[in-house]
Amino acid sequence: MIDLPRHNANFCPEHFTRFCRDQVERAISDFDMVQPEDRILVAVSGGKDSLAVWDLLLGLGYAADGLYIGLGIGDYSDTSGGYARRFAQQHAEPRGAKLIEIDLVDDYGYDIPGGARAARRTPCSACGLSKRHLFDRAALDGGYDVLVTGHNLDDEAAVLFGNVLRWQTDYLGRQRPVLPARDGFPRKVKPLVRLSERETAAYCIVSGIDYLVDECPMSAGNKHLGYKEALNEIEVRSPGSKADFYFSFLRRAVDRFAPEPAGIDTEPGTGDADRADPGVLRPCARCGSPTSTEMCAFCRLVERAGGSPPDAPPARPVTLGRRGGPDPTGTPSP
Amino acid sequence: MGTMLVRLRNPNREVHADAPVLVSVLLKRLDINRESVLVVRNGTIVPGDERLEPDDVVEVRPVISGGSE
Repeated sequence: MIDLPRHNANFCPEHFTRFCRDQVERAISDFDMVQPEDRILVAVSGGKDSLAVWDLLLGLGYAADGLYIGLGIGDYSDTSGGYARRFAQQHAEPRGAKLIEIDLVDDYGYDIPGGARAARRTPCSACGLSKRHLFDRAALDGGYDVLVTGHNLDDEAAVLFGNVLRWQTDYLGRQRPVLPARDGFPRKVKPLVRLSERETAAYCIVSGIDYLVDECPMSAGNKHLGYKEALNEIEVRSPGSKADFYFSFLRRAVDRFAPEPAGIDTEPGTGDADRADPGVLRPCARCGSPTSTEMCAFCRLVERAGGSPPDAPPARPVTLGRRGGPDPTGTPSP
Repeated sequence: MGTMLVRLRNPNREVHADAPVLVSVLLKRLDINRESVLVVRNGTIVPGDERLEPDDVVEVRPVISGGSE
C-alpha cells in the first residue's frame, strides 16, 4: 500500500502500477511524445527513474533499447552498471530490448572526477555534459527516433524553481517535456513528468525492479538537491504544489518566454551553455557534432582531461545555420 | 512498548526506535520529510497511517536523487 497525499488516496500495488502506467500514457499523449512505431533509446543509469521509465515503455508495447554510460566514478559506477545489466537481463531482453553500453574510461580515456578537475567544472556539470553528448550521438548514430530520459516531476519542478530564482528566461522558454529534433540533435522526451520521484521509487519496489538506491557520491550538496528539499517542504504542507507549479507553468507561462538562442550542449538550467556565438551552428572540428565554437564542449572536456578524441566526424546529416527556425512539430522552438 | 530496528540510508546506518508507532510519527521523530522517503517493512511499502510494531524491521528509503548542476 502506498499513500499519495497529492491525490488524497492510498493505492494497492495493482492499482498503483496501473496509475503509473496511466500517468505515462497521458504524458505521452498530452505532449505528443512518441509514436507507436518509433524506435526509442532510453538513457539508463541503474537508478529508479531510468529503470522505471524503461519498464513502463516496454510494458506499453514500445520498442525501447537502453543505453548505459559508465562514468568512472569508482564503486558507484561499478554498482550502477550492475543494476542496469540485471534489469536488462531480467526485464528488457525477454521483451526484445537490448542494453547498449559506453564506458568513458575505456572508450574515451577519462572519468568524471578527472574530467571535472581538468575542465574546472563541477562533477555534475562534467557528468551532464558528457552524458548529453553521448546519449545524443548514440541516438542519432543508432537511428533511433527519440531519446527518452527519466526526468520526473520533482526534477522538472526543481529545475523550474532554479530558473525562476534567477529569472533565466532563455532556459524558461525551453523547459518543456519535449525537445524537438533539430540541428543534429535528437528528439528528447520525458515521459515521467507526471510522476513524482517518490512514485517512481514505489513503482520499482512494487514491480520487483532492483535499483541503485545510494546517491552518487559526487552529487552531495549540489543546488539541484537543495531545490528539491525546499519544494518538498512546501509539498508536505500543501500536497500537489509541485505538480501545480510545473504544470501551471507549462499551461500559462512557458509561451510567454520567447525562445532565445541559448547554448547548445545544454539542458535548460544546467548552466552548460556554450556561448561564443550561441546562435550559429557549425560541425565540431573533432567529432562533427553541432556546436557554436570550433570544437564542441564535449571534445574540449575530453582534450583537457587528456582523454582520447572521439572517432572521426560521423557521416550523419547536420543542418547548420542559425537556430530558431520553424519547428516541424509545431512546438515553439527553444 | 518495545523497540524496532530502523535502517536509514545516505549514510547507511541503523537506529532503534520506540514501537508501536505510526509511520508518520516515526518520520516526525526522525525529522524526515515524508515526501523524500518511502517506508518499507519486509519488502512492502507502508503508508503514513500504518502502525509499526515492536520487532518490525523497517527501512526508510530516500527517493530524492539527481545530479544536475
